[in-house]
Amino acid sequence: MPSLKDLRNRIASVKATQKITKAMQMVAAAKLRRAQEAAEAARPYSERMGSVLANITQAIGGGGDAPALMTGTGKDDVHLLVVCTAERGLCGGFNSQIARLARDHIRRLLADGKQVKIICVGKKGFDILRRDYAAMIIDRVDLREVKTLGFVNADAIAKKVIHLFNEGGFDICTLFYSQFKSVISQIPTAQQIIPAGLASAPAEAIEGGNAVYEYEPEPGEILSDLIPRNISVQVFRALLENAAGEMGAKMSAMDNATRNAGEMINKLSITYNRQRQAQITKELIEIISGAEAL
Amino acid sequence: MAEAFKFELVSPERLLVSEQVESVVIPGAEGEMTVMAHHAPVMTTIKPGVVTVKTASGGEERYVVFGGFADIVPAGCTLLAESAVAVKDVDRADLARRIKEAREDAVDAKDDQARSKAEQFLSQLTTLEGAILPA
Repeated sequence: MPSLKDLRNRIASVKATQKITKAMQMVAAAKLRRAQEAAEAARPYSERMGSVLANITQAIGGGGDAPALMTGTGKDDVHLLVVCTAERGLCGGFNSQIARLARDHIRRLLADGKQVKIICVGKKGFDILRRDYAAMIIDRVDLREVKTLGFVNADAIAKKVIHLFNEGGFDICTLFYSQFKSVISQIPTAQQIIPAGLASAPAEAIEGGNAVYEYEPEPGEILSDLIPRNISVQVFRALLENAAGEMGAKMSAMDNATRNAGEMINKLSITYNRQRQAQITKELIEIISGAEAL
Repeated sequence: MAEAFKFELVSPERLLVSEQVESVVIPGAEGEMTVMAHHAPVMTTIKPGVVTVKTASGGEERYVVFGGFADIVPAGCTLLAESAVAVKDVDRADLARRIKEAREDAVDAKDDQARSKAEQFLSQLTTLEGAILPA
């Protein structure tokens, strides 16, 4: 049985923890709002990019001058996995969910006899994947120093990927990230970015979109300029969604932790009070029985 | 007064402009062009340069863009810029950094094609610097 002093100390320490988790929750909530705004602000660009790409591919009509980034190498022997996770923990199952999805994917690929290469974005994913697949990790990108996620960060990653592709380093590239559905639900997602899967691109909705375009320079040239940019945009979107998802997951994880701490404080206080009462009663009995003995 | 049309300037980070304008001057890859209402559908890449927007209310705004492309239809014009800032907010250091990077790219280029591309980009950047910064 812990003494009264022990209990008092425990309660004090749990209270301190609760204060920390509460503060973290509030910080995450504020950051979440900002991350969400950033994700929303980036949406118009990627949407327009999608519709323009759809337009232009239609114009080319799958002709022979489509760049390799779009058609792929025609093989699927070497797979590159870009796994985007958070830089920090304490956000529930957020990182492990993404890592699990990636790991399942890797296992399936390996079972099929494919070669796998991994690029880790974010420290946590690297830590998890390093345990099993250290030999396959060819690169990691650290965004720890980055305060506000900019397009340049995504661009740098995309450039790396494209450079590798041009050197013939892989055939198919898949991006792993967490889609931000709501504060309490983030869906780990795998998205193939090379070759770009544009087959399902929605039909152009903008008025006059079906008009015959003039292209300056040639469509093929525009396309070869556009596709790498599209990859950067996809990576950027993934990073933003991740950032929002991380904050959402952190917020709910910290909310849980705060509630648990509260419960624990309640329980400990009850034990503490009971014990104190027992001690008082014991002392009273001692006094009374002492007086009676006289 | 010329007819107004919808112009949007979008960078990956945010939507900079979305309003009714009278005319827009775009630094197209094959020369500057002025877009007005009912322009024929054109798709063009843009080079680093200044976009001049004449709004329907009569004001004039200028933005610096670093590459991207423009999608022009009779009903409007969408400019997807890789990065865009209002001229008055241009960061001299940032521009200098970009020029330095471009210069390094030109030096590092492996084949002639890549080198001429990098050099072209570099010259576009330096012209841009000359155009917006008082010497």
